[in-house]
Amino acid sequence: MGYFSDIYKGFKTLLTGMRVTGKYFFNARKEIITQQYPDNRSTLTFPERFRGRVYMPHNENNEHRCTGCQACEIACPNGSIEIVWDRILNPDTGKKKKTIDKHIYHLSMCTMCNLCIIACPTDAIKMSHEFELAAFDRADLTMVLNQPGSKLMDGVED
Amino acid sequence: MKSGTLFDPIEQDLHTDEYKINMGPQHPATHGVLRLILTIDGEVIKHVEPDLGYIHRSIEKICERDNYRQIVHLTDRMDYLSSHINNEAVCLLIENALEIEVSDRVKVIRTIIAELTRISSHLLWWGVMGMDVGALTTFMYGFREREMINDIFENTCGARLTMNYNVPGGLMWDIYKDFVKDTKAFLRHFVTKLKEYNDLLTDNVIFRKRTEGVGILSKETAISYGVTGPTLRGSGVSCDIRKLFPYSAYDKVQFDEILMKGGDTFDRYLVRMKEMEQSVSIIEQLIDNIPEGSILEKTRAVIKLPPGEFYQRVETARGELGVYVISDGKKSPYRMKFRSPGFSNLSVINEIAVGHKIGDFVAIISTLDLVIPDIDR
Amino acid sequence: MHGTERFTATVHEWLLSIFTAGTTHFVEMVLIGLAYLGFFAIAGLALVYLERRIAAFFQVRLGPNRVGPQGMFQTLADALKLVAKEPIGTKKADSFLYSLAPYFLIISSLMAISVIPMGAGFSGFDIDVGVFFLIAVSSIGVLGILIAGWGSYNKYALIGALRSGAQMISYELSVGLSLLTMILLVGSLRFSDIVQSQSDYWLIFKGHIPALIAFIIFIISGTAESNRTPFDLVEAESELGAGFHSEYSGIQFAFFFLSEFINMFIISAVAATVFWGGWMPLHLGGFSGFNQTMDYIPGPIWFLGKTGVIIFLMMWFRWTFPRLRIDQLMKLEWKYLLPLNLINILIMAFVVWMGWHL
Repeated sequence: MGYFSDIYKGFKTLLTGMRVTGKYFFNARKEIITQQYPDNRSTLTFPERFRGRVYMPHNENNEHRCTGCQACEIACPNGSIEIVWDRILNPDTGKKKKTIDKHIYHLSMCTMCNLCIIACPTDAIKMSHEFELAAFDRADLTMVLNQPGSKLMDGVED
Repeated sequence: MKSGTLFDPIEQDLHTDEYKINMGPQHPATHGVLRLILTIDGEVIKHVEPDLGYIHRSIEKICERDNYRQIVHLTDRMDYLSSHINNEAVCLLIENALEIEVSDRVKVIRTIIAELTRISSHLLWWGVMGMDVGALTTFMYGFREREMINDIFENTCGARLTMNYNVPGGLMWDIYKDFVKDTKAFLRHFVTKLKEYNDLLTDNVIFRKRTEGVGILSKETAISYGVTGPTLRGSGVSCDIRKLFPYSAYDKVQFDEILMKGGDTFDRYLVRMKEMEQSVSIIEQLIDNIPEGSILEKTRAVIKLPPGEFYQRVETARGELGVYVISDGKKSPYRMKFRSPGFSNLSVINEIAVGHKIGDFVAIISTLDLVIPDIDR
Repeated sequence: MHGTERFTATVHEWLLSIFTAGTTHFVEMVLIGLAYLGFFAIAGLALVYLERRIAAFFQVRLGPNRVGPQGMFQTLADALKLVAKEPIGTKKADSFLYSLAPYFLIISSLMAISVIPMGAGFSGFDIDVGVFFLIAVSSIGVLGILIAGWGSYNKYALIGALRSGAQMISYELSVGLSLLTMILLVGSLRFSDIVQSQSDYWLIFKGHIPALIAFIIFIISGTAESNRTPFDLVEAESELGAGFHSEYSGIQFAFFFLSEFINMFIISAVAATVFWGGWMPLHLGGFSGFNQTMDYIPGPIWFLGKTGVIIFLMMWFRWTFPRLRIDQLMKLEWKYLLPLNLINILIMAFVVWMGWHL
């Protein structure tokens, strides 16, 4: 009887499906995979290569490694990096040297493609692990990466 | 209107009409901003007209502005579920044009990541497919496994979706320390879950009845519309670029091209489910012996393709992605064209959906596995 | 005499000592009405919370867990939000029908719930055609859905409403027939009689296999009656957005939402009453010690417990199965459930005639 065997088989597959979901329900304590995001903020771990926003590391003497070579600016596909630079006379050598004034970073245009980091010859910029990047004001998304009063680390040449 | 007695036939005044409904641009079943104008008679679909362009970002035009290194990351944003494979297509094209031979290590890693991408894309599709036919739980189960893949990606290249792991000449980074361990752990986990998926959805009598014999796509129609990928293989046409035009490490591995005969919704569904198994087998073949070698071949600082035309095709999770470049020898292409699988797959919708009910229609678009940014670019 | 009966009698006497007989009657009606409204609101909120929580566990996630302990007050917060919201409708909607529709649903559910005994003597009114009344009243609800779909001036809503019309009319048959099967055993349409007749064995045990089949059919068609997955074609969010209540917002939407859960409660309560003995504790004929132990648990708890189990079963269905298509829905009813049901009634009649039941 095809009619009744259809019903039987149908019921069987339905019960099989219910067994799968039921298994998860009755082991809910073990199986839950979601995270309690804002609560676990302090314990969040990031992979080393995580691509948050771009930042420029400074050492304790407020020195960075950016020589102002503009490789990142050229590498950026979206124009999110602008470097304001000047040639400043170095009193020691008596030569003029390219020095950054501002390393401007437009987060609003950045796609976190990592091309600028690869392009940088002196490892002056890095991807931070910061990921909560929303801001209330669009102006907050444009930031200057070098800290005020910072200068180039000694011995960094491009 | 004429007056009549109680027993006069009144059918002449009662007639039914077709009507139009807009499915989208905001609709749960269109998976993005796709607008489908349906002409419907009751519940039965008479005509479907896709209306595209809601998420057009002129990626092809931007490519003409950017240099070849920068183009790669733009392709992340086309078919975002197979972003690695898109990147790979552009990089392969550039490498072929410049006649750079990447190391075997790069090839194998690219293939492993591409297959992981395929699994992750199919997992998302599976979850959403279940949701489209009303089984909401599949979505979370699909995403649970997908999350493990995303974690591997995140460790490998720092991003979960828009990976940008390929660069012309190789890879951005080497694989991370625990890559092999994590991938194997995922595969072990995934194989057990695949069985669960079949129990939950594939074998379910309601799902079977909803999909079997619905939305039949014949071989001839499929070919004439340029349908590719799992959608075409569901109709029984061999079209797997990985088999026909092997790239990266696909010539080194053994895998089956899944072909179905019927071409209905269920066959298309089954192709993808079985493809996941094949992807697992491909990764298993490669993961244990990733050859040593350099990760990045030397390229010039500014890549310039020789003048001429170049074409590269790869098999993304949705079908054949073709990248076509006309170069005039400058640092950006003169013209760049992507042949995206989603566009052709969508265009066949009118042929297969007509005569089915709205519920089936949702299942049909689901098995076409559309990613709207891929269609609009 | 059961505890619940004593309680109602005490209240009645107390009121009589204050008011005249006529006023007492009136005050009692008001009190019962308020009690039902309160129960309706609380049960609705609790069910929504339970559904979300249970769904979350099925889907390997946590569900609402922020507002109050274990997120208990989440639905309350949502309800407050919905009440505070501006009702937004379509411009061309038939405003009278549009605003009328939610009340149809809510009133029909409220009326249906009133005949179900939640304990000994604990029912709004215990009429001798209780089952018949319940079926009649619960089919008013479909009118609300149809009106909502028509009045919204939205094609998706209209499709949803028409689907609902076809679905409800079909599945009403199965609900009625499967209840009828059990009534053959009892011989009364009065709910209190149905419960009383199960004092030795629940009906599902009394009627052997036909009762089991009737129970399965009732659960299936009941799920369809309350428009839940796998029969949620009326809403079918992946097909129709939200179906018949696409255009509703604010408190009107809350009414639809609540009535869906109350309907689920009613279906489960009827199933629990007719098949599992309602508030009657689990009695096994002959084991008086066991029966006495069971009697210590009050009737309302038994009733709510049994109803809860069936509600859980329906939630389990919802979070496991895909949705049927409209023609399959019809096919299931007319080609499978209805013939089986009719045969089942014959078998049951035969069983009752031969006296094979317990």
